[in-house]
Amino acid sequence: MAKRVTHISTGREWLLTDTPQSAFQAAAGRAYLGILDFLKNRLAVLGLLIILALVFIALFAPQLAPFDPVTTRLGDRLQPPSLDHFFGTDEVGRDIFSRIIWGSRLTLYIIGLVAIIAAPVGIIIGTASGYFGGFIDTVLMRVTDIFLAFPKLILALAFVAALGPGIENAIIAISITSWPPYARIARAETITIRNSDFIRAIRLQGAGPLRIITGHIMPLCMSSLIVRVTLDMAGVIMTAAGLGFLGLGAQPPSPEWGAMTSSGRAYIIDHWWLITMPGTAIFVVSLAFNLLGDGLREVLDPKSDN
Amino acid sequence: MLKVENLNVIFGHGSARNHAVEDVSFTVNRGESFGIVGESGSGKSTVLNCIAGLLHNWRGTLEIAGTMIGHKRDMAFFRMVQMVFQDPYGSLHPRHTIDRTLKEPVAIHQLGDANKRVEKVLAEVGLGDRFRFRYPHQLSGGQRQRVAIARALILEPEVILLDEPTSALDVSIQAEVLNLLQDIRLERKLTYVLVSHDLAVVSHMCDHIMVMNHGRTVEEITRNQLQGGELCNQYTRQLLVASKGYDRAAIDQFQDY
Amino acid sequence: MNSDTLLSVRNLNVSFPSAKGDVQAVQNVSFAIGKEKIGIVGESGSGKSVTGRAILRLLPPYAKVDAEEISFKGENLLTYNDKQMRQIRGKQISMVMQDPKYSLNPVRTVGEQIMEAYSIHRRVSRRQAKEQTLNMLAAVRIRNPEQVYKLYPTEVSGGMGQRIMIAMMLIPEPSLLIADEPTSALDVTVQLQVLAILDDLVSQRGMGLLFVSHDLELVSSFCDRIIIMYGGRIMEIVEAAELHNSTHPYTRGLLNCLPKIEGKRERLPVLKRDESWLKADFSHTLSGRE
Repeated sequence: MAKRVTHISTGREWLLTDTPQSAFQAAAGRAYLGILDFLKNRLAVLGLLIILALVFIALFAPQLAPFDPVTTRLGDRLQPPSLDHFFGTDEVGRDIFSRIIWGSRLTLYIIGLVAIIAAPVGIIIGTASGYFGGFIDTVLMRVTDIFLAFPKLILALAFVAALGPGIENAIIAISITSWPPYARIARAETITIRNSDFIRAIRLQGAGPLRIITGHIMPLCMSSLIVRVTLDMAGVIMTAAGLGFLGLGAQPPSPEWGAMTSSGRAYIIDHWWLITMPGTAIFVVSLAFNLLGDGLREVLDPKSDN
Repeated sequence: MLKVENLNVIFGHGSARNHAVEDVSFTVNRGESFGIVGESGSGKSTVLNCIAGLLHNWRGTLEIAGTMIGHKRDMAFFRMVQMVFQDPYGSLHPRHTIDRTLKEPVAIHQLGDANKRVEKVLAEVGLGDRFRFRYPHQLSGGQRQRVAIARALILEPEVILLDEPTSALDVSIQAEVLNLLQDIRLERKLTYVLVSHDLAVVSHMCDHIMVMNHGRTVEEITRNQLQGGELCNQYTRQLLVASKGYDRAAIDQFQDY
Repeated sequence: MNSDTLLSVRNLNVSFPSAKGDVQAVQNVSFAIGKEKIGIVGESGSGKSVTGRAILRLLPPYAKVDAEEISFKGENLLTYNDKQMRQIRGKQISMVMQDPKYSLNPVRTVGEQIMEAYSIHRRVSRRQAKEQTLNMLAAVRIRNPEQVYKLYPTEVSGGMGQRIMIAMMLIPEPSLLIADEPTSALDVTVQLQVLAILDDLVSQRGMGLLFVSHDLELVSSFCDRIIIMYGGRIMEIVEAAELHNSTHPYTRGLLNCLPKIEGKRERLPVLKRDESWLKADFSHTLSGRE
């Protein structure tokens, strides 16, 4: 027992040492301190747990869901929540619990792809704009302004209408409307970093713009961007649900949460569970992302470095 | 080694126009340590930034090791001239370990042997291997400035531009850093251009000293002249009096130049 | 203690909690100040600023401060509540900080701010207040008070800003001024001019001045007595004129490591720190002026 305790304390010492022996150890120590900080924020941990649960559910949807999400059983239609159907059944007899479980895959798919598309576009445009300034800055920022001049949902609607309804097109539309704020943030950060001594020093060592932007500026923009993207995920889920609700996102019978609330609309008075269950799922996941984002902000804020 | 002729820098237009450097000329011999002294707004750091190529809107002639240099600098220039900045807290990338900061120039110039070079240069500035994988926030001000010096040295330059390298440090640390700079200069036969507001620091480090005020050269003196008080210019004389500490009677004689 | 003692501090301790346990920033600091200029000198982390702030209770709430005595004009400040401390800070002891730009409201003119400070302390008409404000500006040797009155804080130079701060601090006619590195950001000639103003005000109005600085040479030429701090402790208290005869190894080390204009071009002596400095008992030198 005593031996194990010393083992743990040396592990901790290895992480917290003032004299790391390798770049890996230094990075690990830094991450460990960040995790310690993060764990102090109970709500953020709750948010993270919910999101981890979402990922788990999505991975094991076939094992977890008691029923098939798309097969209709008209005999079982509009059953209230019971032990057979935890969340009840919908107007064509599909088990809502199973549909929500399968729907988590769609939700993750949407937010994952939006983050992978929109964040890099935003950071590349923002850092380039901020670093070069002048003509490049003017052009890139005016383009950004044009995107920012329309309400997000309306713009997404227009794109989906042009591209045709469907979940892939919804993702593309949401990504197109999400990057401008990221570009703005990245540009603002870049402008403050651009004139710092450490950037002047690396310029004086002959580094080109590509190396400076990717190796020196982007890592410093990352933290505020990660926070912003995490906080935005709630909005993305909402927009996706909104598009689904309007029939422009995922198409029936796929169990997308927004589309489910939409089709449950007609039964809201007598069969409340049709709309409440997917609505609650959207709410819980959005809230989780917001809590996580707030927690990350406290950990990643560059000002708390020293 | 370094020749500056009729250097002019103008910032802004119209009413905001500021002639930051006006017709400044000086020559620094190989292996010499040249000092530029002035108060804030004298243009002393601007001169340094022009030489380093960090500013582009200058006019005049710059010559290093016999070759004229223009507004665009090539890789050979960066291996010849390096700079150490004033603020030890702002001149190191906060998310890079010391190791990464020092390896970056080696990678840019494709010199190879990165590990060996880093070890050597860290030893040279008096920081052991213990510091190699630390982040800047785990170092004190003096240690950071040593890293900044190591970064300047790793490309093995011949000229080092020092922009107030010790003004943000405690006096005891300043002494250590000044000693280090002296040792390195003698060992590597480097040429220094040192900018400072502190007459004592410049006098300790440099043989030839240029005094600047409002973008102009006030006078160029040798260290011996400064020590002997053989100054032609009133402004320099006032600086010298001021640097000797508080003297109520002398202050009433101060003028604005 | 001397009868004209303004402020007396006995065994002041300040510590800050941190992840690795409490950090002792100030330890067993005792001194007394009368109508004189006292300098507190030390390197960064010596506890010199913390000492000044602890006296005025300007430290963040998580700081742990305790002392056997902090008394001002015979009144025990330790028993004062926050409201009474505000009275003391406003009327009796003023503080000048390093950077005036952070202490002035950027969207109001300099004149308005001084005038407001003036009318808080005295019931006077607007016209009188303005007149007094211009007088104050003239007193800190601002040559064109009418013009400066209309400037915004961003439009004044560092030296001017520090003069304005001093003018504001002097309005309540405090008996003690604590100046925390008030001139460190200024050019050397401007620095001396600002100090000359402080000097004159102290001697004309019979104030006490506690001058916190890192610059040993400057303090020795400006102040009457010097408190030298290292690692949160007082190393020694010396008469300014006697500084260069000091035998304390830390003081000697600090003096020696300064580059000098007349000095020879050789390696500067490096300060060798000694753990025993933090253990030695200097209380025998602390009992006021010998």
